[in-house]
Amino acid sequence: MEKTFKEIRYATLSSEINKDGVLNLIIEGRLDSTTTGKIWSDVMLAIKNTPPESIIVDARGVNYCDGTGIALLFDLQLKQFQRGAAFEIRGLPEEFQQLFEQFKTGDFIEAEIEEPEPSNIFVKVGSKTIDMFSAMTANISFLGQITVAVFYAVLNPKSVRWKDFFVTSELIGVNAFSIVALVCFLIGLVMAFQSAIPMEQYGAQLFVANLIVIAMFKELGPLMTAWVVNGRSGSAFAAELGTMKVNEEIDALTTMGLEPVRFLVVPRVLASLVMVPVLTVFGNLFGLIGGLVVMLSLGFTVVTYIDQVISAATYVMLLAGLVKSVVFAFIIAGVGCMEGLRTKTGASAVGDSTTSAVVVGLVLIIFVDGLFGVIYYFIGI
Amino acid sequence: MGGDKDPIIRVENFTAAYGGNVIIDNISFDIYPGEVFVILGGSGCGKSTVLKHMIGLYPPAAGKVIIDGEDIVTAEGEDRIRILKKIGVAYQSGALFGSMTILENVRLPLEEYTDLSPEPMDLISLMKLKLVGLLGSENKMPSELSGGMQKRAALARAMALDPLILFLDEPSAGLDPITSAELDQLILRLARSLKITFVVVTHELPSIYTIADRVIMLDKRVKGIVATGNPQDLRDQSDNAWVRQFFNRQVESEVAA
Repeated sequence: MEKTFKEIRYATLSSEINKDGVLNLIIEGRLDSTTTGKIWSDVMLAIKNTPPESIIVDARGVNYCDGTGIALLFDLQLKQFQRGAAFEIRGLPEEFQQLFEQFKTGDFIEAEIEEPEPSNIFVKVGSKTIDMFSAMTANISFLGQITVAVFYAVLNPKSVRWKDFFVTSELIGVNAFSIVALVCFLIGLVMAFQSAIPMEQYGAQLFVANLIVIAMFKELGPLMTAWVVNGRSGSAFAAELGTMKVNEEIDALTTMGLEPVRFLVVPRVLASLVMVPVLTVFGNLFGLIGGLVVMLSLGFTVVTYIDQVISAATYVMLLAGLVKSVVFAFIIAGVGCMEGLRTKTGASAVGDSTTSAVVVGLVLIIFVDGLFGVIYYFIGI
Repeated sequence: MGGDKDPIIRVENFTAAYGGNVIIDNISFDIYPGEVFVILGGSGCGKSTVLKHMIGLYPPAAGKVIIDGEDIVTAEGEDRIRILKKIGVAYQSGALFGSMTILENVRLPLEEYTDLSPEPMDLISLMKLKLVGLLGSENKMPSELSGGMQKRAALARAMALDPLILFLDEPSAGLDPITSAELDQLILRLARSLKITFVVVTHELPSIYTIADRVIMLDKRVKGIVATGNPQDLRDQSDNAWVRQFFNRQVESEVAA
């Protein structure tokens, strides 16, 4: 005969196995979430080594038994039931016995906790590819929907919510002015400074002005402005529309017969189409001012710099940049709104949409910028 | 209820205010172990405000909330954690963690506060889900459950550590009558068998008549308690016309007539 004795805070366990293979467990004291853990592991260890033919729990000494204690007793019953072995509880106070009897072993035998499937590289790649194609299809379809809605709005100005348009214009245009101005000023300054050093070797420092004009007007003015607006407003569109989706406000609009694209997306896209080119013009200007600061420090006069800028700049160059900025504006607002409207449910959904809006926006902007580079090269701009 | 027992919750000279706006002005009441205590009142009277202060989410403008002998208002660090382990809260919206399965939601308090090994934790969580009728939904995400199921899952999570006190904010709101009645029976069973004290905020009259040992009734006009006692007694014998009106679901004109 084997006998063990354990005392854990307010609960005690003693066990003995008789010669017929019956395990007697005597449990006394308080069985709750803080006292049951140790007893549980000891009992399980005991029955794992030599599974008994029968378990008899003497629970006369149990003065309190909460859900955790009941779970221990039930686990013993479940394990015995699965092995076809006997189980009996004796003397459990009536109120705890009632709680114990609420649980039927049959209910829990079928309950299986799903483990995450082991990752398979082929399944992952396939699944990601399918997701990518379906997302691409959805994106193209949504951008088409926005394009149609914007054309409709231009042809039917009364259908546009102009109040929203002006509020959004202020948010993405006026409020972004200082950051766009600062970024472009610094870009112009750094670019002029970095290029002035090698150009000095060839006595061509004056042509730093040409470099600044061409780079800002054709490339960096539209690009830097688009990046700033994408980071500020593309993410804000996604977060705002995403929160509306989570709060069922989008559903409310739909059931009121108000098309979310017309109601929410069109004013934002129109505001973006107007404000991003305007910001780009200011971005170009502040880039040139950044260049001017460096040129002044190199000993050139303001008049010399401006003359050189005017001789290098062309309207075609400026327009080429502005056309790009219009397309960038469409991408920023379109992607931001699209990701917002596609927000799923749950606490992290809005965060996911915002991240996705910024990343997809940035990638598309740089991709489209590359396409414009090729097109402009072939048409000689 | 109560008699010579010590209260498990004692609210003393409690005042709640948002900014300078006083919602509840200087109320006191006791709640005794094992009773089902209901806080009720009309919309906007401050029921949920009182509950949120009692569970320590907000500090009151004045007064004490003593839970099992310790003031939750002034408790900090380990003391506060010790009090919080004695209570479970099921929020009106469920407030389940959307990135976890239902089982993981229920298991979370066990993982954080007990020394149980994984298998017992799973079994306990499944048993809690069985108690609220959600066995079989353990692998689902909260977003896959209906509103009523989410509330029941939240109750299972609140019960995970078998707390001394369970706070329920509008548990029956939005549930069908059968599910609501089942939930009432569950509350009664847990209160009677496990001696869990329930503090329930609700204005569902059928539930109140079924579960409440005692109620306090708040009124925004007095910013405090207008009635205390057994709901049947208040319905039939209250001196306050508005209280009788509330319990009899009458509009003001009917009372005047």
